[in-house]
Amino acid sequence: MDLSQSTLVELRDAVRGKQVKAVEIADHFLQRIARIDREFNSFLAINPTVMDEAAKVDAAVASGLDPGPLAGVPIAVKDLLCTKGLATTAASNMLKGFVPPYSATVVERLRAAGAVLLGKTNLDEFAMGSSNETSAFGPCRNPWNRDHVPGGSSGGSAACLAARLAPASIGTDTGGSIRQPASFCGVVGIKPTYGRVSRYGVIAFASSLDQAGPMTQNARDGAVLLEAISGRDDLDATTSDEPVPPWFRKIDSDMSGVRIGILKEAGIGDVDESTAVVFSRAAEAFRKLGARIVNVSVPTLRYAVATYYLIAASEASSNLARYDGVRYGHRAARPTADLDDFYAANRSEGFGLEVKRRIMLGTYALSSGYHDAYYIKASQVRRRMRDEYASAFAACDVILSPVTASPAFKIGARISDPLEMYRNDMFTTSSNLAGLPGISVPGGFAENGLPIGVQLTAKHFDEQSLFNAAAALESALALPKKAPHGV
Amino acid sequence: MLTEEIVQSIAKLARLRLSEGEATAFGRQLSAVLRSFNEISQVDTAGVEPLVTPSEITPRLRADVVEPAAGAEEIIANAPEKTGRLFKVPPVV
Repeated sequence: MDLSQSTLVELRDAVRGKQVKAVEIADHFLQRIARIDREFNSFLAINPTVMDEAAKVDAAVASGLDPGPLAGVPIAVKDLLCTKGLATTAASNMLKGFVPPYSATVVERLRAAGAVLLGKTNLDEFAMGSSNETSAFGPCRNPWNRDHVPGGSSGGSAACLAARLAPASIGTDTGGSIRQPASFCGVVGIKPTYGRVSRYGVIAFASSLDQAGPMTQNARDGAVLLEAISGRDDLDATTSDEPVPPWFRKIDSDMSGVRIGILKEAGIGDVDESTAVVFSRAAEAFRKLGARIVNVSVPTLRYAVATYYLIAASEASSNLARYDGVRYGHRAARPTADLDDFYAANRSEGFGLEVKRRIMLGTYALSSGYHDAYYIKASQVRRRMRDEYASAFAACDVILSPVTASPAFKIGARISDPLEMYRNDMFTTSSNLAGLPGISVPGGFAENGLPIGVQLTAKHFDEQSLFNAAAALESALALPKKAPHGV
Repeated sequence: MLTEEIVQSIAKLARLRLSEGEATAFGRQLSAVLRSFNEISQVDTAGVEPLVTPSEITPRLRADVVEPAAGAEEIIANAPEKTGRLFKVPPVV
């Protein structure tokens, strides 16, 4: 069995069927990480107890027990999720050395489903970025071309899959942070419906937008992984009571009669040629499978980036107020004059530039005299956008759109121009604003060999339609099983 | 346009200290960002209730029962400065 190329489902079936031991799988990926991750910097930490966890899974299998639907699968987790006893940094100097006294619910559920925690992956600092360049521990590189970004903020969780350093991973998505790096790295990324997955123990960026979700080699793996982490959690009051369906078992890739919506506002004029080609091919593939292509409209979509950044920065400025250097986090060494000076010294040293920029933007948008024009106005546009999506979904089952306007860009190309970096998120932020589930699926390659994904969006809590359409598209496109050079 | 003075007053509200270089760069960058984001003023939102969360979940109540949580030792372990089981901070008054 080629462990590097195996899917999550193949690995867990092999562990359950005693064809391979969980310790062999864990050891295989640990060795690959040790050998080649210095080229990518996708991991910030390896779980020192991963082999013990794997041995426990093997012991369960040997004694006739079923360890669960993720039996023996090593999973890489974005370093934004708290892991008890294992340093969790959010890729920030503010939290360097922070060891959480508890684990995120997602991490607990992965283990309860039989998974083993492989390690913690690189990200943009506090998940603020679209390129993984704002990490305090160095940028992560795209395995398809090391001069290019892997996307962000879940860059490490995407790059480690492309480099076959893990069979599956967990990312978080506040404005596209799972779907965009999935697209840039040629893997599948799922942003669940808001309320589907517990945010307990996920370091908060923008609480009304944040969702953790799976990143995998294909849609079926994504369904299995999402089932394991979804559902109500008493530790997060925003989780839903909505039952978690057996998505994987119910995947139905028959597209006849399925209505695929194309957004009038996601115009082809906005995207580069290779992205337009990939997008058109995906639409054509759905048509050939018997789906009906319908035109839909979300008129406020063109305001999504502005609306998103005003709301996300406002929430971030409030959420990050907790980092004061008192009970945990960075404390400045120099003596300070008074309490405000003490806070300012700790925060100014602990936070990186992009985090400071967003705190500044959010503080301004919430400040007296500007609150109505920015935060309230954006929240009103947000409701209109959500209502417009509801109308669009009366006419279609799934919306097909690009993920980004162009494939992965070069490291350094956009980092000095925040506005250009923010515009990168034009196709992904609206689903977070409206709370909708979305998936990025590999759609093809640009002429320079970089992967390009397409995005599918569905109604609240209709992840099933995403998995159905994504699985159908994967079979129809039958992309060559290419791997990045040298991987 | 965000003047250096406005930038410094926002920084004060946010408990951040900015170097002169940072303040100049932020003033320029945030001015450009806000100029672009002002486009939302064109959207007709008369009578639209702001949407602060996409969640339709009704708040849940639970019995107020004591449950085990992390011990003081684990929590204090992350303190930048401590004395025994107490957080230590510089004198502030």
